[in-house]
Parts: sequence; C-alpha cells; structure tokens
Amino acid sequence: MFLSTIIREAVLALVRNRIRSLLTMLGIIMGVGSFICVVAVGNAGSSRVEEQLSNVGDNLIWVEAGSRARSGVRIGSRGTKTLMVGDAQAVLDQVPGVKNASPNVDGHIQAIYGNLNWGTQYRGVSPEYFEIRKWQVRLGAGFTQDDVEKNAPVCVLGQTVALNLFGEEDPLGKTINIKSVPFKVIGVLQCKGFSATGQDQDDFVVMPVTTAQKRITGAECLDDIYFSAASRAEIPEVTRRIIGVMRERHHLRASEDDDFNIRTPEELIRAQLAAANVFTLLLGSAASLSLLVGGIGIMNIMLISVTERTREIGIRLAIGATEQDIQLQFLSEAIVMSLIGGALGVLAGVLGSFLLKNTLHWDMQLSPHIMAIAGLFSAIVGIFFGYYPARKAAQLDPIEGLRYE
Amino acid sequence: MGPQINPLTVAEVAGQESSRDEIVIQVNDLHKVYDLGETQVHALRGVSLAIRRGEFVSIMGASGSGKSTFMNILGCLDKPTSGQYLLEGADVSGLEKKQLAGIRNRKIGFVFQGFNLLARTTALENTELPTLYSRIDKAERHRRAVEALTMVGLGDRINHFPSQLSGGQQQRVAIARALVNRPSILLADEPTGNLDSRTSVEVMEIVQSLNDKGLTIVLVTHEHDIAQFTKRSIVFRDGKIRRDEAIFNRANAADVLKTMPVLED
Repeated sequence: MFLSTIIREAVLALVRNRIRSLLTMLGIIMGVGSFICVVAVGNAGSSRVEEQLSNVGDNLIWVEAGSRARSGVRIGSRGTKTLMVGDAQAVLDQVPGVKNASPNVDGHIQAIYGNLNWGTQYRGVSPEYFEIRKWQVRLGAGFTQDDVEKNAPVCVLGQTVALNLFGEEDPLGKTINIKSVPFKVIGVLQCKGFSATGQDQDDFVVMPVTTAQKRITGAECLDDIYFSAASRAEIPEVTRRIIGVMRERHHLRASEDDDFNIRTPEELIRAQLAAANVFTLLLGSAASLSLLVGGIGIMNIMLISVTERTREIGIRLAIGATEQDIQLQFLSEAIVMSLIGGALGVLAGVLGSFLLKNTLHWDMQLSPHIMAIAGLFSAIVGIFFGYYPARKAAQLDPIEGLRYE
Repeated sequence: MGPQINPLTVAEVAGQESSRDEIVIQVNDLHKVYDLGETQVHALRGVSLAIRRGEFVSIMGASGSGKSTFMNILGCLDKPTSGQYLLEGADVSGLEKKQLAGIRNRKIGFVFQGFNLLARTTALENTELPTLYSRIDKAERHRRAVEALTMVGLGDRINHFPSQLSGGQQQRVAIARALVNRPSILLADEPTGNLDSRTSVEVMEIVQSLNDKGLTIVLVTHEHDIAQFTKRSIVFRDGKIRRDEAIFNRANAADVLKTMPVLED
C-alpha cells in the first residue's frame, strides 16, 4: 500500500518535470536501444555461422590431393595423382578416432534427360558420404556398399539438378545420360542452399565412387577423401595421425612436403563463430557503457533534484517522514525513471532493428531474453545511481531543510 | 468574508478526553549548545517549563533569544544537549531519529511562517501527507484530509493548488495538514508572519477555536497583538525564560474581526 503510494508520488514528481525527466531518460533509452540493436546484429551473424557449421558435416576432416613442391615447381591444387581408395581404408584401419571415410572423385559433366541438359558437377563417393556431410536423401534412397562394389550406374541428384532436368516430374527411376552412360536416378537430396562463399551446394550429382572412376574419369586416383572424427575434441589429434599415415603410405621423406592438403572446415567456422561472438561482446559492452553514462545522467539529475527540493524534504521530515521514507521516495524516482527509460529503450531497440533490417537490409535477430536482460540492467542502473542522491536526501537535517530558500 | 468553520469536528480532532490538568509538555533544565568549532553558542541555558493539556501558550523573544531552538526541541526536530523533555509523560530527549519521526508524525502538528506546502500538489494531497507516513489506508487518509480541510473552511477547495490559493487559505491548508493525524500539540512558528493583519486575525480565529475545543497550542510570534489571542505568554531572552504569565482580557479573534474594515481589491 505504502509502496504503491510512493511509486505514484515518484511518477507524479517525474511528470511535473517532464522535459527534464525525458532528457534524463534519453541516456538509458539510447543505451538499452543500441544494446538491443547490437546484440540483434551479432546474434544474426552468429546464427548464420552456426547454420554453416551444421551444413559442413560431422566433424569433417578433408584430405585433398594437393600441391607439392618438387625441385621448386609447385603443382597446383589437385595436381598430384597419389591419393587412392587404399589411403582412405588405411586411415580408417590405423587411426583410432576416425569414424567414417568417403573417398571422392569429382569433376564437371553435362547431365542429359530427354531433350533437357544441365551442366553440373558430379561427385563419386562411398555411402558414408551422406552421413559425413549430414546430408539427408529427400526422395528415394542413397546407394549402398553393394552399388559401390558393382560399379552400379545409379545416381542421387542434388535439388538444383533435379529441378532443372525434371521440373515437376518425379525423377525417381528415370534414366539420365552422363558422358553417354545411362544412370538410373534412385534418390534426390535434401536442399542445403547456398554455402558461405555463395555456391549453390545443391547443384551436383552423387554416384558411387567406383562408378565415377570406371565410367567417367577412367583413373584410379581420387580427388579428395572425407573423414569423420568420432568427436570434435579429437579432430586435431586425428588430423595429425592422418597426416602421419598418409605420408607413410606415400613414402614421403621428412624433407619432402605433403602431396595432399588436409583441412578441417569446422574448425575454421568455429573460429569464425568465436570471432563473431567476440565482436558482439565488444559492441555489446560499448552499448552497455552508454547505459552506464545514462545512469550517471540519472544520478546527476537526482542530485540536482535533491538540492532543489531541500525544502520539500525538510517539510516531509518535519511532518513525520523517516530517513527510510525519504530514501525510498528518491530511490523510487530514480528506479521509475530508469525503468521507463529501459522500457522505451527496448521499444527503440525493436524499432531500430526493424529500421536497419528494412533500410540497410541487415540481418537482425531479436531475442526476448536480451530484452529482459536490458530491462533488468536498467533497473540495476536506477538502484545503483539513485542510491547516493537518495541517501543524501535522507540525511538532510529537517531544520536546515525548512530554512532553505 | 471570514472563514467558515465547521464546529462539529474539532472536538473529535483534538480528541483528548482526559483531564485538563494533565501535563502534556514538561521540560526540565534544557540546555542547547551549538559547537561551531572555535566558539560555542549557548542557545538555551536551562529552561524548565510545564504546559498542561488545553493550554494556549505564546512564546516571544528577540531573534537569538533561543525561542526557535526551544521550538525545534519541542517539535522533536532537534535534541537538547542536556536536560529532559517529557511529552505526555514519556521522555523523548534520548530517542532515535526514527522514533522522533514517529512522534513528529503522530503527536505534533506543525504550522510554519512560510506555510511550507508542497507546490504543484493539491490542498488535499498536502493535507494527506502526514497520514502517508503513518501508513494509514487510502480511504481513511482521504476521509481524514477532507475532514480537516472542511474544519478550516476549505471543504470546497480541496483540489486547488497552493498557487491558486491566497496566503490565508494556504495557511489554513497548513493547519489542516497539522491536524490530520490528530496530534497532542500544535506548534505554530510565526503562523501570521507572512500575512496581512486581517488575514492574521482570521487565522488566529481558527487557532483560537481549535484551542477552545481542547487542543494544546504553542505559538511563536514576535507580534504583541498576536500574543494577546493566547492564554499564557512566555518571553525568552538570552536562552532563558524571562517572563511567564497568564494573559488577562484575552482578545477574541472573532470579535476583533468584526471591528476590522474589509479590504476589497
């Protein structure tokens, strides 16, 4: 009861000085608003990176037939022809912590169906590929180890290829021609969309690796091998061991460079994610600094207010207000001010986010818990910066207060 | 036009049914020394006094005589350096700040020279203010404040702001505020100091009528005319009581008012 009266009085006191109150709140409004906008931008960035992360694969370690400096001449990427299916099997056998392996060949092809044709990539893989890349088959099924052993002329289409060759038609069971070889379509992959670098990840045809080697490349060597580590923590150790096994199998001397490239894209993206988070944190703390400045503004105005209202404080003390009553009154004014500022700030943050989204087309991701945190933070600012002026008011001598002109 | 006073509610507000002889204020050998570092100022040098229920005491004295200090101590706004102050038999000279605030709230009503109303706050809200600090529920607070304002003849102005009221009306709001918690004593510090002579008498008419209903009143003034409306005159000089005597042929404010010309502007 008493508290509600105190709060009502606080609101009335603020309304009596509405311009001043509004200007004081502006600091909090801008602090909270910019905090919400900044975190929204940061969150959007992080979730974009996280999305990429989930698209990359299952603790992927990627070994690519690579450049190799020999007598000063560097052969470009994929220049060597030393990567073999046996390498994949050897790593799987010898390196603990490797869960899956998929030997791959790839290249450009023209896929033909009826009178339609579509230039795309092919990728010869083992059945584990789908698991390693976390790629679901949307229609039909993937191929099996049996298909790999038999060099079966079957293929699974990426969404883009399926769309361009078949349109609305059901591609399952149909036959397409690749390099004059008829392939039976047994499945269509789930759509993954564009990669971080802007490539259409769905524009390719998947087939058994042996089929690709025998019927398309006509060569024994591989372009790359995908490995899947058992856990993320093991990636660095597994990577080191894979290098060891590969060098041994390729008879490289200590002085010679690797004839392959090994990459762990997940690590890279995780680093990106960490960078994005640090960025958000940095901007966020800059924004909360402005919230702090807003709090100092409140303290400043409250101190002025206490001085101006010395006589009022004297009257209130004379008619029976205790120190606690006076302290509560001024503290609640500061808190009400910062809470209203905080609420308006949340509003400003939401509006600002929409504005940035619609005018600059920035990705914004608002999160309710950040708004709650911002609100809570502004209340804390009110208590923290309102305490000293309220204390000062409460400790006033009533006789001095009554005498004050 | 003089103020319309509602005679029905005053007795209830004064509220004491106990014996008229009961001592409300008893001070024994009060001393107050202000320590200003290099010098010490003796504001009170041994004041002893008893005021019974229903008395109407005026305190006079030049500035520096110690009367303000004495009033501050009576009002529990200040503590004596030494000596004893019994308010309704209870020693209040050694109480904590919080307890003193409670006594100011419930037992003492203040009226000041400068009215000391809160600006931009209605007459009603000003009057309600003491009840806020005694944690009375909203409906009762409102009822008491309206009652007190009606009693001082401002029942029709409860929603006016101080800036919309004349000096006399503002002082009446201040009196209503002083009465709203039904105090044991009313302390008035030069209540007519800022008012013209007719308004002064009007205010004194209210104060007299409150005393007639049994309220104990201590009034500080430096005007002899105003002191003539009280029943007992105490004169301070150099921190001591120099004179303490009953007033005979007490002036009646209502009668005086009839003899005064009404100034129309």
